[in-house]
Order: sequence, then C-alpha cells, then structure tokens
Amino acid sequence: MRSKFLKRVRALDVHLVLVYLFLYGPIVMLIVLSFNELGLPTAWGGFSLKWYGELARNTALLNAGINSLIVAGGSTLVSAVIGTLLAIGLERAVRSTLLDAFVFVPMIIPDIVLAIALLSFYSLLKMRLGLYSIMLSHIVFNIAFVAAIVRTRLSYFDPSLEEASMDLGATQIKTFLKITLPLILPGIMAGALLAFTISFDEFVIAFFTAGPGQPTLPIQIYSMVRFGVTPDVNALSTIILFISITSILVAQRLSGMRGVL
Amino acid sequence: MKKFTQQLVLLGPGLAWLVVFLVIPLVLILSYSFFRRGPYGGVVYEFTLKNYKQLFSPLVLRVFLTSLRIAVITTGLALLIGYPTAYAIATAAPQWRTTLLGLVALPFWTSYLIRTYAWIVLLNREGVINHFLMRLGIIHEPLGLLYNEFAIIIGLLYGYLPFMILPLYSSIERLNPELREAAADLGAPPLKTFFTVTLPLTLQGVIAGSIFVFVPSLGNFVVPELLGGGRRLMIGNLIQNRFLKARDWPSGAAMAFGVMSIVLILLLLQAWATNRLQEGGANAE
Repeated sequence: MRSKFLKRVRALDVHLVLVYLFLYGPIVMLIVLSFNELGLPTAWGGFSLKWYGELARNTALLNAGINSLIVAGGSTLVSAVIGTLLAIGLERAVRSTLLDAFVFVPMIIPDIVLAIALLSFYSLLKMRLGLYSIMLSHIVFNIAFVAAIVRTRLSYFDPSLEEASMDLGATQIKTFLKITLPLILPGIMAGALLAFTISFDEFVIAFFTAGPGQPTLPIQIYSMVRFGVTPDVNALSTIILFISITSILVAQRLSGMRGVL
Repeated sequence: MKKFTQQLVLLGPGLAWLVVFLVIPLVLILSYSFFRRGPYGGVVYEFTLKNYKQLFSPLVLRVFLTSLRIAVITTGLALLIGYPTAYAIATAAPQWRTTLLGLVALPFWTSYLIRTYAWIVLLNREGVINHFLMRLGIIHEPLGLLYNEFAIIIGLLYGYLPFMILPLYSSIERLNPELREAAADLGAPPLKTFFTVTLPLTLQGVIAGSIFVFVPSLGNFVVPELLGGGRRLMIGNLIQNRFLKARDWPSGAAMAFGVMSIVLILLLLQAWATNRLQEGGANAE
C-alpha cells in the first residue's frame, strides 16, 4: 500500500518537474542567449555584453521604457487611491452582489473589446491620444485589481477594532488613518505592485489608445519582434525579467503578501 | 445622511470611473454595431443589422470557429497539464507548497510579449528546437513549427497555464484528504476515487481555471499575430483589422459583441454551476 502511494507521488513529481521546465526553459534560454556574442540562437560565439551595449544605445527603446514608467506610475497612483476607497466601500459600507460583479467586469472583459471601446470613446470626444489616454484606460482595470486585493486584506481583520477606536472617541477620519490604513497597507502595496506590473506590461489596450510617436515599451517590443528574432531583445528580456523578479521577491519579503503570489 | 456621504466618498470615485471609462464606451460601441460605417472610418448614424448578419458570413464564421477551436484545445490541454500540477503542489510537503506555487505564478510577473517572443526563437526554422533535432539526426530538414495553429496553441498555453493552476490549487488544497482515504478504505480503486470524489469536489476550481484560460485565449490577437504569422487569423486579429486597417468600426464592434456574448454565456453558466455545486455541498452536509 505504501509503496504504491510512493509510486504515484513520484509520477506526479516528474510531471511537476516537466511543467517547471516548460515554464522556465524558454526564459532561461533568453537569458543565456543575451550573453551570446554571435546573437544567434544556435551557435555560441563566447560570452559577451555586446547586446547590452547595443541596448543602451537604442534611444527609441529607452524612450519607450520611460513612457511605460510614466503610464504605469500614474495609473498605479490613481488606482491605488480609488481602488482602496472602493474596497473599503464594498466591504464595509454597501453589501451588494451586483456591485461586486460590476467591479469584477474589467478583470474578465477581453482586452481587445475594452481597447476598441475606449478608442471609439476617445475619438468621439475628439481627445488627442497620448500617454495620458493610455493611463486613463489602464486605471479602469487597475482599480479592479487593487480593490480585489485590498478587500481580501480587509476581510481578514476584525471590524471591531475600528468600532473600538470610535467608541473611544476617535473621529472617522482619525480611525481610518490610525487603525484601518496601517492594517491594510500591505494589501494596498501588494495591489499597487500588481497594478504597476500589469500596466507596465499591458500591450493591447495601449496599442489602441496610444498617440502617434509615443509608444510604450510593449508597443516598441512588439514592433521589434514582429518581423522575427533580434538579439538585443534577448538582453532587454533579461533586464526586465531581473527587475520584475527582484521586485516581486522584495515585495514578498516586505509585506508577506503570500496570498497574492 | 452621514452614511450617504460616507458611501459617496468611498464608492463614488471608483464607480464613476468605471461608468465613464467602461460602461459608456461599451454602450457606445454597442450602438456603433447597429450603424453603418462611414466612408473614411467612423460611423454614419443610420440603423442597420448588416454588421450582425455579417457575423454569419462564411469568412467571419470560419474565423470564429477557428478561434473557438484553438481556445477549447488550449483550455483542454491546460486542464490536462494543470490538474496534476496543482494536485502535486497541493499534496507536497507543506513547507514546499508556497515556493512551488510561487514558481508557477512568477512568469506571470514578467513581460507577456517577451515570453511569447521566446517561442519564436525556439520554434522558427533556424530556431533552437529545429537546430537540436537536426544535430541529433532525428530530422534532416527543418520542421515548420512556427506560423501555424500548433504554435498559437503552445503560445497561449505557455501564457495562461498559471491561470489554470492557481484556482485548481486552491480548490484541491481545501479538499479534505480523509474523504479520499475513506473512499479508498471502502475499496474504491484510485481512478474511481478520483472521478467520484476528488474531481467533483474540485469542480469549482476546474471551472474557474478553464474560464481564466479560455477567455483571454479566445480574444487574443498578440499570439496569433506573432506565432501564427497572421495566416491563421483569430477573431482578435479580425477585430483589430476592422478597427485599425479597414476602418470599419461598426463591423469590428459587432464582432466584439460576438466575443462578449460567448464570454457572457460562459460566465452565466459558471454562476449557475457554482450555485448548483454549493447547494449540492450544503445538502451533502
């Protein structure tokens, strides 16, 4: 009986290893190739930082990177505030399944549908498209993600803490600042990090609502890889992977955001 | 009154944002889908059902069916691969679970475009896989691995497999292992235990994961564009084409609502199934 159990576990573990190979093989390959002097995927020309140098001189890409930081930073700030308020409202002030479902919509709606809807809307308003139109668009789904994560955090702690504070004479605002906010801060940070990552990486909606000559990083990468393999993208991938993996590990350490990862 | 002010401050900004940047734009393209296209893009405000009739033209219908087929195959494969993965993680030693799960979620935090690009490097004619197969003497001519339906499915599976594993994990982890043991003690063989106990009790995770994979696969346009080479058009490509190239917004809008209605039907089915499952669970207790 016991040996049979062990056998099954082993087959599952082999499966697990294969899945991790599938998930990480392509990523590791890109990292290795980024140091290949030849820039070819099939022949090793020795270790080199040549493609990183190439990248540093690619001003279009650097500008796109800065654009993405602006879009992601702006949309994260706004959605962290609005999303947190919304989370508190949905968790404490109004209990409604209909509202819950409504706030869930931006997370599940196919991005192409939201993209064409927003493009139509902006052009009806004769808005000039630019970084800010992407930012406005990204806030839509970022609000939903922040609200979802902050709500999880809110549902963990006991509302009687807030009641106690108010019974002891603290105003609503003081209670929020002294009790609620510190308790949900890890949730807000986790939500903001998620929002930033999604916004920084978002391609479809940005592609539709970007102004001419102001691409975000994903738009720039898209135009580079559309026509096949370019070695400096490997170097860029490595840098992006390194930044996102480090920031996620740091965030996990800081806030113990286990539920999010 | 005070209560109302509080609700307004908390819910007002968020709900207002969603109304302005989600509801109004959606209503706008819904109305566009009933109008005629303008000669130079835009719309002419003249009612027509032409855009919806066109959804049933052979070309559009074929693209819809191709997209559905690709999304169904991707979801099926994700389930076949994801279930044992989630099961293995959920039954691993407790101190390992968080790490193992984190490793599944980690790729999600890196650029989706770059992860898709990696498959161009792997699959193209001069790519890594062809190179190694030829080196090993298994093939003598490079295989056309890229720019076909196979490549699209691999790309989608690669991108969305974590979306399947995470909800599956949480439903399997909640499962009481004693139930399985009881079934085994009563003489049920492992496969029977799986199909009569484990699977039905984790069905909610199966449904949630399937929707998380199916929906973004169905409307995808990046993966078919990069890995499908545009030859195998999916519905996302067609919508993009109608909007940005053909400048036929009403027809693109109608297609978008075609996709939306499929998604909506799935979500309603999910809500119904979840209700049924929860009722069933309550009755069992």
